[in-house]
Amino acid sequence: MFAFIFRRVALIVPTFFGVTLLAFALIRLIPGDPVENLSGERGMDPERRLRLLHQFGLDQPLYTQYFDYIGNVLKGDLGTSLTTHEPVLTEFLTLFPATFELAFFALIFAVCVGLPAGILAAIKRNTVADYAVMGVSLTGYSMPIFWWALLLILLFSVQLGWTPVSGRLAVQFDVPATTGFMLIDTLRSGEPGAFRSALSHLILPTIALGTIPLAVIARMTRSSMLEVLREDYVRTARAKGLPQLQVVLVHALRNALIPVITVIGLQVGLLLSGAILTETIFSWPGIGNWLIHGVQSRDYPVVQGGILLIATIVISVNLIVDLLYGVINPRIRHA
Amino acid sequence: MPETTHAMVLESPSAPPGPWQEFWLSFSRSRGAMIGLGLVVALLLLAVFAEVVAPHPPNEQYRESFLTPPAWAEGGSMRFILGTDPVGRDILSRIIFGTRLSLLIGLISVVISLSLGVVLGLVAGYFRGLTETVIMRMMDVMLALPSLLLAIAVVAILGPGLANAMYAIAIVLLPHYVRLARAAVIGEAGKEYVASSRIAGAGTLRIMFNTILPNCTAPLIVQATLGFSTAILDAAALGFLGLGAQPPTPEWGSMLASALEFIQRAPWVVTFPGLAILITVLAFNLMGDGLRDALDPKLKR
Repeated sequence: MFAFIFRRVALIVPTFFGVTLLAFALIRLIPGDPVENLSGERGMDPERRLRLLHQFGLDQPLYTQYFDYIGNVLKGDLGTSLTTHEPVLTEFLTLFPATFELAFFALIFAVCVGLPAGILAAIKRNTVADYAVMGVSLTGYSMPIFWWALLLILLFSVQLGWTPVSGRLAVQFDVPATTGFMLIDTLRSGEPGAFRSALSHLILPTIALGTIPLAVIARMTRSSMLEVLREDYVRTARAKGLPQLQVVLVHALRNALIPVITVIGLQVGLLLSGAILTETIFSWPGIGNWLIHGVQSRDYPVVQGGILLIATIVISVNLIVDLLYGVINPRIRHA
Repeated sequence: MPETTHAMVLESPSAPPGPWQEFWLSFSRSRGAMIGLGLVVALLLLAVFAEVVAPHPPNEQYRESFLTPPAWAEGGSMRFILGTDPVGRDILSRIIFGTRLSLLIGLISVVISLSLGVVLGLVAGYFRGLTETVIMRMMDVMLALPSLLLAIAVVAILGPGLANAMYAIAIVLLPHYVRLARAAVIGEAGKEYVASSRIAGAGTLRIMFNTILPNCTAPLIVQATLGFSTAILDAAALGFLGLGAQPPTPEWGSMLASALEFIQRAPWVVTFPGLAILITVLAFNLMGDGLRDALDPKLKR
């Protein structure tokens, strides 16, 4: 087991350095240098430009710059935002709980609906229920989520008035951000109605973001379940006279879940991609929204730092999923 | 006469079906795949004959009738079947011309990505060693970034625009083709026909592209079809974020974005472009699933 963990961790080190190289290259590949971008339309006299280049270390050879950059990254210094003049890491950490809360509930929603739907489709293979689940999940899988989010707003917020259109909390509440997780903060604040407001703000973004993972999970559960249901030991369990529900939920599901768990783990990248769109539409103050603003306002330290941090999260989660997979499935561990 | 021979093959009961026939039999048995194929053909025709089919030019502004509802709604007219947008352009015509753009985006980004990916994958799988390590680690880095984020990063470097969005999407799709091509080559390279071709005196390039590549096409075709749907979806997302096609280009994603503030007053400006994206992506996904079932012998019943 230890050797397995070591092998997997060793594999991600080059990937991580590759990502730092990419993030490092990003700011240098952009037409014009950062100093030029700072100076804006009016331009800058050459002497000041040289001084600034020196100040930012941009007159050093590239490899020196890269090692400086890596050194800073390892110290947790990701630079300062050009628009807010706040450290990039501080901004990221302030905004990340909002994205995490959204992605977490989207994944819960996707698993809670997708898993039973996939199991149902597998048991009732080639029936109306199967076709319905597969049809809906194929549609969900093909859904442009920014449009889906707009449709949800149109129906539930505009037509029915059930949920708010955007944001995380109604304006009349002023809840101190102790954890950054709105549901926890509102509960702790004890303000009447605040928790309800936070919850109602969360519903539509959760559905919008969770739809594609839901479809993926339902499809994977169905095909994995179908494969397992064909196995001899399942037939044996049936032959013993065990009730159908027990055979499916106890005997078959345990093994069918192995590939499904991997797929669930792989949704993290998808969720963060989706969060960029979902947050833009619902004005959700998370890292997706922050990153898009960074790109639009050419705030390169933000884009660079954001990419590095998000990639780090994805790499770490994939590693955890890999390790978990090794725990569940010993064959992988010894491969 | 080729037609007679073809007919005879079909009628003779003893002749085994050829590879194409076998593929078609398997493909056409799937209802979803046939629906997908039908939709794709319809979309292609729409894209090719956009000038003939569209009732209005895509950028013509009818100032007197902006935000006209669709024909079946109150206040709508048959002149603008799906209504008009905030500056009085016919939505149906813009969607039809948008088909052309979306299919083109899909085609160009998939072609760039597929050709580059096949070459890199072949090289990695054929030469192994350091070359392979370098190429595959680069692909791992690209896969570590969420697809839309990678596309946004590329657009941040190249600047927003339709062409740059296509390059960005091509880069996003790349690792999948490299991985598939490499895996297929590694599977094939040890087989006897490759060895005999080498003994017959074929050079490295010939073995790579003429001997091995034709035997690895099935997974690449499936991935390319599914790549179309990813490309169209990502291009629309970039357009929606203002990083892809710029107005007044009738691209579906940017059409959605430019109508956002009118969503409450005129839901149709948002509904139809999104529906067009959904149908197109769905069509390619259906076709891709069908192709996979037909081309993958492991799944054959």
